[in-house]
Amino acid sequence: MASTGEEDSAVKEPLDLIRLSLDERIYVKLRADRELRGKLHAYDQHLNMILGDVEEVTTTVEIDDETYEEIVRTSKRQIPFLFVRGDGVILVSPPLRTS
Amino acid sequence: MDATEELVGKEVTVELKNDLAIRGTLHSVDQYLNIKLENTRVVDQVKYPHMLSVRNCFIRGSVVRYVQLPPDGVDIEILHDATRREARGS
Repeated sequence: MASTGEEDSAVKEPLDLIRLSLDERIYVKLRADRELRGKLHAYDQHLNMILGDVEEVTTTVEIDDETYEEIVRTSKRQIPFLFVRGDGVILVSPPLRTS
Repeated sequence: MDATEELVGKEVTVELKNDLAIRGTLHSVDQYLNIKLENTRVVDQVKYPHMLSVRNCFIRGSVVRYVQLPPDGVDIEILHDATRREARGS
C-alpha cells in the first residue's frame, strides 16, 4: 500500500474497521466456546488484543445420557486487564445487546 | 509489541489453551511472544499438581490463550498511540 506519509483515517481494509473501535467496548468471539466483552485498548495484525474491564463468558453443553436433552451452561469471569492472543480470535464486533 | 517492556517485572497470570493458569513474575518476552516467568505457582494447584516444584518456566507463545495483566501495568494512552501507528503501517 503506497504511503503518502500523512495520517490516513479512511477505511480501506478489514483491520481499519477494528481501528474505529479503539477505546470503545467490543464483543470478541473466541475458539473453545468463549466470548469476551471489554474495552479495546490495543490490537495488531495478528488480532492479538489488549482489553480492559473484560467479562469472559464460557459456554458448555452437556448431553443427558438418558433423555439426550442438551443442558447449556454459561460461566462468567471478570478480568480487569487482559492480553488475548490473536490465534484464538474468531470475530470482533461492536457489543451485541441481547439481554 | 513495545508495551511488553513496561510489563517486565510485573506479576501476571498466563492462561494456556489447555486451561492451565500459571501466575508469576514476567521475566522476558521475545518476538514470538514466548514468555519466561519466574517465581511461578500454578493457580489451581489441586487440579494441576504437575508443576508444584517448578519455580521458573519458559512458555511457548503459541500455547497462550490469555495473559492477565495488572490493571495499572501499562499507560493506556501509549497503547492507543502505538496501535494507531502500527495499524497504519501494516
